[in-house]
Amino acid sequence: MLQAANLNPLQKLALRFAVVSLLFYGLAILEGIIMRAHQINYELMTTPHYFAVMEAHPMVGIFGSSFMLAFGAFYFLVPTLLKKNIYSQRLGELTWILMTIGVSIIWISAFFFRFAALYTNYWPLPVSKEFSPFGLAAFAIGNIILMTGVFLFCYNLFATVFHQRDEKKPIGPMLMSALGIDGFINLYRRLIGRGVEKEAIMPLPIVAIFRGTIDTVLDAFVLGGISLIFLYHAINSFMGVNLSTDWFDALLYKNIYWWGLDLIADGLVLIYVAGTWYLLATLISGKELYMRNVARAALLVELIVSWNVWAHHLLSDQAQPNIMKIISGEMVTAFELVTMGIAIFITLKTLWEARPLKMTPPLKFLLGGILGFSLGVPAGIIQADLGMNRILHNTQWVIGAHGHMQLLVGLGMTLFAALYALFPMLTNNLQLKSKALTNIHFWTHLIGGVGMAMAMGFAGMDGMLRRAVYPGDNTFQPHMIVAAFFGSLLIVAYLAMMLNIISSIGIRGLIEIFIKLPGGERRETKPAVQT
Amino acid sequence: MIESNNIFALLKVVYVIYVGIVFSLVGMYVFGLTAKTKVRPGIKVPFYGWVAILVFFGVGIHIMTFHKIPWVKWDLSRNTMKVDKEFNIAIADYEYQIPEEQLVIQRGETVRFNLESRDYTYGFGLFREDGTMVFQMQVVPGHSNDIVWKFDKPASYTIRSTEYSGPKGANLFATNAVIVSSEPAVAQIDKDQSL
Repeated sequence: MLQAANLNPLQKLALRFAVVSLLFYGLAILEGIIMRAHQINYELMTTPHYFAVMEAHPMVGIFGSSFMLAFGAFYFLVPTLLKKNIYSQRLGELTWILMTIGVSIIWISAFFFRFAALYTNYWPLPVSKEFSPFGLAAFAIGNIILMTGVFLFCYNLFATVFHQRDEKKPIGPMLMSALGIDGFINLYRRLIGRGVEKEAIMPLPIVAIFRGTIDTVLDAFVLGGISLIFLYHAINSFMGVNLSTDWFDALLYKNIYWWGLDLIADGLVLIYVAGTWYLLATLISGKELYMRNVARAALLVELIVSWNVWAHHLLSDQAQPNIMKIISGEMVTAFELVTMGIAIFITLKTLWEARPLKMTPPLKFLLGGILGFSLGVPAGIIQADLGMNRILHNTQWVIGAHGHMQLLVGLGMTLFAALYALFPMLTNNLQLKSKALTNIHFWTHLIGGVGMAMAMGFAGMDGMLRRAVYPGDNTFQPHMIVAAFFGSLLIVAYLAMMLNIISSIGIRGLIEIFIKLPGGERRETKPAVQT
Repeated sequence: MIESNNIFALLKVVYVIYVGIVFSLVGMYVFGLTAKTKVRPGIKVPFYGWVAILVFFGVGIHIMTFHKIPWVKWDLSRNTMKVDKEFNIAIADYEYQIPEEQLVIQRGETVRFNLESRDYTYGFGLFREDGTMVFQMQVVPGHSNDIVWKFDKPASYTIRSTEYSGPKGANLFATNAVIVSSEPAVAQIDKDQSL
């Protein structure tokens, strides 16, 4: 059982993020299955309530669960890999608290006030009379608090990378290394056959985390910014002032909003994921990363790519200039296939060089994550095409074969790989109790995630829209029944994982991650990691 | 003329094969990775060869669809295209304001749909009777939203909003609002005779 009293502050911080993340993940799965039941015509709720659940679902899943788990892991990994102290433990604690409050308020805005402008928030729907000002205000406040937490994480992370408390180092070379520029320089030196390759200052996972966090800042800036506008409208509604919505052009808004929102999917997810793969590959194989200079350079290329791909979300907007559709929407977007493909190649090759390897839980889940992105990224490239998007846009294909394949299978399994790898480090070498439960988690999650995403993809190809209801229409019921069957496997996976973790940590240990209970017995154990 | 349901019938097969290939490759990789005796891979892909393959497929798909899918060219050149018919449709307060009860098109006609939204962002999609989609576009308020399409098969289509515009938008559709009659358009007959 976990002896929480023996944990160092950084371990506790990471575990707090992990516990909250897994609870939000459970909520997201519950929401998913409720919506699935509604889609196969079980009248569980009214249409406004259904869309309210759909409003909360991505916020809980992405920010409450995925971001939370990633941030917790990075708060632990960045100081550990850099062998320096975290800039501010307090800011770290404040991050998970604010993010938890923010996501919870957003959930309340949907559950109690039926606010349902959905993830896209297309102007002027959120500030329209379709929703109560209480719902709008709650969503805006929740999102502002959430984004404040995200900003604090970014600030704390950058400060941890660059602070000079432990050792004085020049900032310039550190910044160049963190951006991956030294990878380009080394490649250039090798190309011209001159000079010696310089050893990079920053470990490669730090480069990926740093790079991904730049996109996180920009994303938080856009989402936080629109929330301030929403709040301004809500306050005016409370005061009886009906503000005009004409001041903001709907198409310009859509471009700005998608530019920021897309940084989540195409910027930081792919980059954070690449960084996590590189870290896991080196940890599992015990070898240096294959073609590490290329990996560093590719992370910098992804910076350019991720800032210029948003127009693939506007391929069906006829007022959007064709040149933007072709260059940003099609061509630059296609390079996400290249950057992700490079990350897959480097990770697999690094592992291959260390064979034979034992199939441990982190390795299994890492390969599951790679499989998820191998299926999800090409699906995204297919829909980011002028011809295909004319039909696939806003269908179940987008959110199934692409979105859920990447998020549930690709990102989800990568995060679980990190969770299983970090678990002993965070708990002073505590081992998970059951290998059988780990295996059940792996197989049910993999089969459930892929099966559900494929069923949704087929529904999309047959014309089913992703944010619509079909009451009394059974056209897509077979697809949704198959999706529900595979979706229910995800619940089994979640329960297996939670049972394994809780039985290993113990209820007391779990609570003591957050608060000290009376009567605890302190046993001396050696911390796995010193910071 | 190639239609969307032909493309997706093919895509379904390609997609299933692709998923099978990915699972097989991962399975073979795992076998090689964990085997106690070192397994030599049947195919060796050099790194830069792999990058070239990715670029080829990433860019190649757009070049292929540009040449094979007719509506890509219609879309890119729609401002200069001559059409046989033009329909102006407005959307306001979750209702399509369609000029006639049914929009009748003759087989072979090229049609421009001009859509205007007076409040929110909606969608405009045409669906076949089996639920499959013919095409769709976004209808953004404050902007002109038009699409050009050529209809060469007699059919009856339902209009449905393909963009979420609030819970009330779930009921935004007009069943069998577009009819393509089996009588070929005069322009098409002239064209066929000239051939």
